Amino acid sequence: METFTSATVELTVDGTAHRIPVDPRTTLLDALRERLGNTSPKKGCDHGQCGSCTVLLDGRRHLTCLALALSYDGAEITTAAGLAGEDLHPMQRAFLEHDGYQCGYCTPGQICSAVGMLDEAAQGQPSHVTEDLARPVTLEELTDAEVRERMSGNLCRCGAYVGILDAIREAAGA
Amino acid sequence: MREHAYLRPSDPAQAVAAVAEDPDARFLAGGTNLVDHLKLGIATPGLLVDVRRLPLDALEETDADLRIGANVLNSDLAAHRAVRERWPAVSRALLAGASGQIRNQATTAGNLLQRTRCVYFQDRTTPCNKREPGSGCSADDEQAYGRYNAILGASEHCVTVHPSDFAVALTACDATIQVLGPDGVRELPVEDLHRLPGDRPQHDTTLAHGELITGVLLPGSATSARSTYVKVRDRASFAFALVSVAAGIDLDASGLVRDVRLAWGGVAHKPWRARAAEEALRGATLSESAIVAAADAELAQARPAPGADYKVAMVRNATVLALRHLVPELEESR
Repeated sequence: METFTSATVELTVDGTAHRIPVDPRTTLLDALRERLGNTSPKKGCDHGQCGSCTVLLDGRRHLTCLALALSYDGAEITTAAGLAGEDLHPMQRAFLEHDGYQCGYCTPGQICSAVGMLDEAAQGQPSHVTEDLARPVTLEELTDAEVRERMSGNLCRCGAYVGILDAIREAAGA
Repeated sequence: MREHAYLRPSDPAQAVAAVAEDPDARFLAGGTNLVDHLKLGIATPGLLVDVRRLPLDALEETDADLRIGANVLNSDLAAHRAVRERWPAVSRALLAGASGQIRNQATTAGNLLQRTRCVYFQDRTTPCNKREPGSGCSADDEQAYGRYNAILGASEHCVTVHPSDFAVALTACDATIQVLGPDGVRELPVEDLHRLPGDRPQHDTTLAHGELITGVLLPGSATSARSTYVKVRDRASFAFALVSVAAGIDLDASGLVRDVRLAWGGVAHKPWRARAAEEALRGATLSESAIVAAADAELAQARPAPGADYKVAMVRNATVLALRHLVPELEESR
């Protein structure tokens, strides 16, 4: 059993391993932004309501504001900045082509969430608007209503939802 | 945020011992509610005991039931084949809750132990008997923001409702909660987990300090296999229920109601098992008027708190809607 009043946390962020001492109150979002200087995940509401702090954590879309860094010791995190290799990630390119943003503040969270969401759909996970729970949905069946429902955790105060929807549908190949 | 120590126990017994011996300690699981409360200053523990990595994440299906580990994520449970096929109300309720990101983080036990979203509970500048016993109830006032208030089982000390969708579906599916405490294991029906506020609204549940939910047992049944969940809310997605209904039904060959389960959310301090309504429907021919009469039998005891009168008609109509989803012939006979 380990008790901490301060401790070192190991995080692999966008392919680079880090070891940083943190106060137990430090959230994953503050560890990323303030300690590691990775400002790709954004602090919007800081209460789990807007989705702008979304990253991929151990392969799944995840908020970083409602997470204490110590709880995620050893996690592998991919931020929107880390999605691109030599070229932009297809989701990033689709957001550019379809004007899936205006001010851009929610965009890194939208993109990470969209990548994670398509992965969930590809695995056949249903959503609130899926009619038949017994039959897994496919990427091809991902209607506008399905995308809107599955992306409801990401707010865009500029209201770029029409472009965001088009971008995600293109990236889904639907 | 108050300074706190952090502990990562290696087994459930260590976790229970650590919390049981320290009145200032709290369990931390997915954190989607508790971490927010730390930020809002409405939870101020001196020690967080992180149970998220304890090996309580198994899902075991048998012909008779499904055993769900306390740490199974809401998204994994909602998507599980057995849940979708044999307990669709549970899958529907989970999918109607929160957002994709939060469902990837929130756990089975944590969902049940989330606290009310009453605006006054979450605002520490206002009196609230649940947050600060004896300080008063800000929501029980005609001038208050009472839209989320209860219509059943409230007290002069607290008029709020329980926020979980999942707990409502579990109530309609006769789930059992498995608990580990300082004195060993015990099981209780999910109906006995949450409590009405009475004069101790600071206690959401019947669990003692240090007791840890380790799992949920879902028994298979004909009513669970034909079940659904209807949620009415202010927007199409990512909002708490104004009212909700988990319904399950078993009809015989002639269309008579052999058995039925009805549980309501958004109406009380705990998921409300509508037993009077069930009793009225058992053995009856299902019709819209029979459902309305059954709901009214339950609602005879309704005493809406300020601002929540509208929920009486809303939960009655949502009950009709839920049973219409389950029995499409009802639609045709209208």
